[in-house]
Amino acid sequence: MKRDIVTSLIAMLVFTVLLGLVYPFAITGISQVLFPGDANGQKVYVNGRLVGSRIIGQPFTKVVYKNGKIVESEEEPVTEPDPRYFQSRPSATEGGAYNAAASAFSNRGPNSKITEAADAENIKAYLQLNKRYDPGLTVGQIPVDAVNTSGSNLDPEISQANAWIQAHRIAVLRRLPLATVNGLISKYTSGRGLGFSGEPGVNVLELNLALDRLTGGKG
Amino acid sequence: MSVAGWATIALFAVILTALAFPLGSYMAAVYSGRRVFLSPIFAGPEAFLYRLFRVDIKQEQDWKAYAKSLLVFSLTGWLLLYLILRTQDAFYVPHLLNPQAFHSGTWDVTFNTTSSFLTNTNWQYYAGETTMSYFSQMAGLTVQNWLSAGVGMVVAVALIRGIVGPAPRRDGVAGKGLGNFWQDMVRTVLYVLVPISVIGALVLASQGVIQNFAGYLTAHTITGLTQTIAMGPVASQEAIKLLGTNGGGFFNVNSAHPFENPTSFTNFFEMLLVLIIPAALIFTYGRMTGNRRQGYAIYGAVMLMFLGAVAVAYIAEAHGSPAQHAAGLNTHVISGSGGGNMEGKEQRFGIAGSALFNVITTVTSCGAVNSALESFTGIGGAVPFANLSASEVIFGGVGTGLYSILLYVLLAVFIGGLMVGRTPEWLGKKIEAREIKLAGLGILITPLAALFCTAMATASKAGRASIAEVAAAGPQGFSETFYAYLSQANNNGSAFAGYTGYIQPNAGNLGAHGVKFADILGGFDMLFARYMPILFALAVAGSLAGKRVSPAGLGTMRTDNPTFVILLIGVIVLVGALTFFPALLLGPIVQGLTGHLY
Repeated sequence: MKRDIVTSLIAMLVFTVLLGLVYPFAITGISQVLFPGDANGQKVYVNGRLVGSRIIGQPFTKVVYKNGKIVESEEEPVTEPDPRYFQSRPSATEGGAYNAAASAFSNRGPNSKITEAADAENIKAYLQLNKRYDPGLTVGQIPVDAVNTSGSNLDPEISQANAWIQAHRIAVLRRLPLATVNGLISKYTSGRGLGFSGEPGVNVLELNLALDRLTGGKG
Repeated sequence: MSVAGWATIALFAVILTALAFPLGSYMAAVYSGRRVFLSPIFAGPEAFLYRLFRVDIKQEQDWKAYAKSLLVFSLTGWLLLYLILRTQDAFYVPHLLNPQAFHSGTWDVTFNTTSSFLTNTNWQYYAGETTMSYFSQMAGLTVQNWLSAGVGMVVAVALIRGIVGPAPRRDGVAGKGLGNFWQDMVRTVLYVLVPISVIGALVLASQGVIQNFAGYLTAHTITGLTQTIAMGPVASQEAIKLLGTNGGGFFNVNSAHPFENPTSFTNFFEMLLVLIIPAALIFTYGRMTGNRRQGYAIYGAVMLMFLGAVAVAYIAEAHGSPAQHAAGLNTHVISGSGGGNMEGKEQRFGIAGSALFNVITTVTSCGAVNSALESFTGIGGAVPFANLSASEVIFGGVGTGLYSILLYVLLAVFIGGLMVGRTPEWLGKKIEAREIKLAGLGILITPLAALFCTAMATASKAGRASIAEVAAAGPQGFSETFYAYLSQANNNGSAFAGYTGYIQPNAGNLGAHGVKFADILGGFDMLFARYMPILFALAVAGSLAGKRVSPAGLGTMRTDNPTFVILLIGVIVLVGALTFFPALLLGPIVQGLTGHLY
């Protein structure tokens, strides 16, 4: 017994140093040399200012002002979609959408009235934002990702169908030919991994930054 | 559903088998003490570690000595991890490793977390990026990701040695030794886990899994908002989290987080990391018994059950949920969208990549998720339930899966023997009352713990306090509770994540409090259902080790043909169904069959 205790203490300390310190520091060192961009979160800068991570979703919404004051609800500023930008998927993190300091599942059950209500509300909002620019748009054409929250609530991508619908709005508001916008969508669509794994997705941040470069931030 | 979806599933099974086969042979060589291609690198460090640990590896241990070393080692690990987690803001933790200056979690949630990581469960009531310092994640949690995996594997190896029977001692008496715990641990870590984990971590880091010690970033978005982005040494933890079927995410949303699982390629790679060792160990078993067909039979049985589970989950999730349909959503495949139940799923993984991932991590004891289990449809969500109800033998956790299914094999041999009216024999050894009693207890301990805790939590007000507000109505609340204790008993760690055990008003644990009932009950659930089956498995090994091997005769029931595969599946399904069916009816099956909204 005594032998086991002594050996256990030594082994646990040695393993902690080797596997808990040497190993992660070694991986960090190698990664920082070989893949610094990836290891540091694929930061995106515009004019020297950090605007986000390429692979962390973010909201393209703006704060609502009324009589020069920020409108608040439950101590959080109220935001609305900025129609000149492609909109990300709905996100339900605490402390505002796309809180990348506290990721969380929405945990909306499959048979829950709360889920149904959230879906119905998101459908309504999506139609309100897009139907004016795409008059033929019906509920049946709305892709599921535009209405359902993602797993991480930080999804950086939307489906191509979602992007194609929003392209009508972007084209009108930015005075661009629809074909140009659709071309950008193709450019920022990632295919299936290895040709079969997963679904194609459009990176919303990259797409929006490309739009700004094309028409200027003011659009 | 799509062709690409089915192709993903089929190719996964093929690639997994192709990789697991050579790894299985390699591990058999490692555990038999033969030289392998990595020996020139690791033989020196291996010998050095034995000297450092002051162990005499020539000393064979019988099952009691083996179990004693294992338990003392685990208890030491428990105490050290608890200490590390409770002193997050102590003077010896440099700022670099706690840049957000997090305080420590409360004692009750730390009790749960410590028990969780020691037992390879990685059930998480805490959220990584708002609770844990980098030091705790690395030197605390990650270390147990390695070691708890190792403990599971050495038990499986000891059981195989008991079944095969060690070489007779010099005086001709049948040996009772199962090997040496310390030697098995060191070899597991050096020769198996280190090489795969290092390669895995670097592959992940090259694809966008972050690996740094930076403080959280503040970004100013192009529409004038600010976003804080959590950072950390993720890739190193991610690799061993999956490889060791641990499953405890660096971030709260686990492998759904883009920094843990950035692309559809990493998703595929991560799934391989999870299953590679459990699959390979089955081949190792075949090799070490000297009859590879023994391994093929078990592999066939679990692969069939696995593919069945994946197909059900994929079809159910592609169909969409009652809530979506009631809201008027079109869940069919349309041009540019895969359709299906995308609530709680990431665009890059899609339905197939999400269903496959979550089935893989619930058949194994991994418990990582890349999509919200709680948002899976009734039938899609019933698949993880069924996987857990089969007591983690469909591949199962690293080591745990193999020793658990070997207990089922013992049971199947016994039942088969009864059916044909012969004394049951397994690989030439007579199966007697003692082994059957031990195996039966080993199999029933986990369901017993799961159902007992679920009953306690459902019947008490303190238990129901953990149910999420959105799930309070209808069967979802029961599903959450049942899943929580089933997952902890099976040392899985996946969750219907609405179930709450820790309430944090702000990041960093200040002012937080644990839900004591859930934390403590769950902690004991995990410890009990981990170490009791280990003891029973080692006792079975000890009991078999001393038996003489007699050559197979005409009347011997074979354990390496299709008939036995069917018998084995039958026994597993029967035990799981009889134990859990009533409880499953009350939760996911009601939801799946009625389509009613609550």
